[in-house]
Amino acid sequence: MYENPDGVMIGLEVHVQLNKLRTKVFCGCTTDYHNDPPNSHVCPVCLGLPGSLPVINKKAVEAAIKVGLALNCTIEEHTQFYRKNYYYPDLPKGFQITQYDFPISSGGYITIEGEDGEHRVGITRAHMEEDPGRLVHEGTIDKSKYTLIDYNRSGMALLEVVSDPDMRSPKEARRYLDKLRNILEYLDIFDGDLEGALRVDANISIMGGQRAEIKNISSHKGAERALLFEIVRQKNVLRRGGVVVQETRHFDEAREITLSMRSKEEAHDYRYFPEPDLVPLKISGWAPAIKAILPELPDARRLRFVEQYGITDDHAKALTSERKFAIFYEDVAKKVDPKMAAVWVCDVLKGELNYRDLPVEAFNKEHMLSVIYLLMNKKITEDGAVDIIRTLLDKGGTPDEVVKEKGLLKVEDDIVSTAAEEAIKENLQAVADYRAGKEKALNSLVGAVMKKTKGRADARTAREILLDKLG
Amino acid sequence: MIGKKDLEHIGWLARLELSEEDKEKYTPKLNSILDYFGEIDKADTEGVEPLYHVLPMNNVFREDVPTRSLSQEEALSNAPKNQDGFIKAPRMM
Repeated sequence: MYENPDGVMIGLEVHVQLNKLRTKVFCGCTTDYHNDPPNSHVCPVCLGLPGSLPVINKKAVEAAIKVGLALNCTIEEHTQFYRKNYYYPDLPKGFQITQYDFPISSGGYITIEGEDGEHRVGITRAHMEEDPGRLVHEGTIDKSKYTLIDYNRSGMALLEVVSDPDMRSPKEARRYLDKLRNILEYLDIFDGDLEGALRVDANISIMGGQRAEIKNISSHKGAERALLFEIVRQKNVLRRGGVVVQETRHFDEAREITLSMRSKEEAHDYRYFPEPDLVPLKISGWAPAIKAILPELPDARRLRFVEQYGITDDHAKALTSERKFAIFYEDVAKKVDPKMAAVWVCDVLKGELNYRDLPVEAFNKEHMLSVIYLLMNKKITEDGAVDIIRTLLDKGGTPDEVVKEKGLLKVEDDIVSTAAEEAIKENLQAVADYRAGKEKALNSLVGAVMKKTKGRADARTAREILLDKLG
Repeated sequence: MIGKKDLEHIGWLARLELSEEDKEKYTPKLNSILDYFGEIDKADTEGVEPLYHVLPMNNVFREDVPTRSLSQEEALSNAPKNQDGFIKAPRMM
């Protein structure tokens, strides 16, 4: 049982861009604006010009239902849109089209790896809305004189996933974000690598204080850092006898601190009212058909990997925690021993990729198969295989080229045998030590064999041959 | 009843600058609108389904098919100021 000594309660609001759609949510402007000049993917609707009318993208509604179902939510019988009124340059209309008391889905949960094992985080609701434009400030946000606006992002379909305050530590918050992103990628409605794909606001309180809302968090790591900082800050306020007030704070990513927004604390007054330009949706009837074609989700795939490939649950969990990785593994596992594939893809390749901060696309699937074939045919040693993987990541090339260049082909057993005989003759002291019961002395003999074969002998084989010869 | 403070707040939300004269003029006007809603509120709605939209329709959709966007030049043509393809606006906090 996790004690949660400070009474930490964290709830997250995650804005997910449905960026795999071809067009925006209420107009036909394309969504692939990421490498294009500002204000080049806009029209009267997403610029909020007078007289323009929004019409909702059917695929966006389907994607929202998919997410709702994957998060174990109820798809509501009646759903509709509202205008949330506020003046800010990122909204050209003076209001944002969003949902209010009739969200498309509500009442679900996500299961994460919590502080004390499996932990369920409630999903209050997941509602649809339009993305505002992107603001660029010259210099810092509090010092720049004016704002530059790019409305290419304006009108992108967003899903705001609101959690219950069920997370008890920054680590749990990060795991929740990882899991959510993973589920969204499995659904194939979202590319998390695109800029602005997933944005987080965090609500956090500790025992004896009120909650602070932290804005401007743009990464999972950032969320964890911001929350860690915020817990320390709130504890310090209380320790000094102060009061933790309810407020909005801004996360400064570079300095890893949160700052009070110090705005004139005008209470939020959004004056929501029903969007007259969009008729209500009655789409709960679509849910069964969409549920039937929902792709396999991470938890289900993890169970199947254990069952189908006989790999450990730890391997299955690590391999399915990222959709692209799961696909990579499965393609390899179909052609070779799946357990061996799990070791090389999960333990070795994943580690080397993480170390270099590279995505799985950085490694060629065929190269992974070649390396495993070389190992299965005992052409290379395990150390050699690791060397090949590292070299391919750092310098490129093919496994065969690396083997040739570095002379990694494993030497025959009789050469190892000769080397072992020589090593025994040249290291009489070590032999005597070993015979006297110093097990460790064997290691120096193995080392001598490796040196003689320039590392191309398999260390395990060398050890066996030495033991054999020493009687 | 809407008082002067409420009116100032509503004005601020709509980013309208109101003179003292405006405030004198608009406070009773808004109150008369509010009174009229009070009249509507008196109607007996027992057993009547709420109306969410004036049109008797649901489910109007668009297919996920791109249409032509404006050119950057067209998009910027209504903006009082622009810079490097961006629309330029006063900073707001």
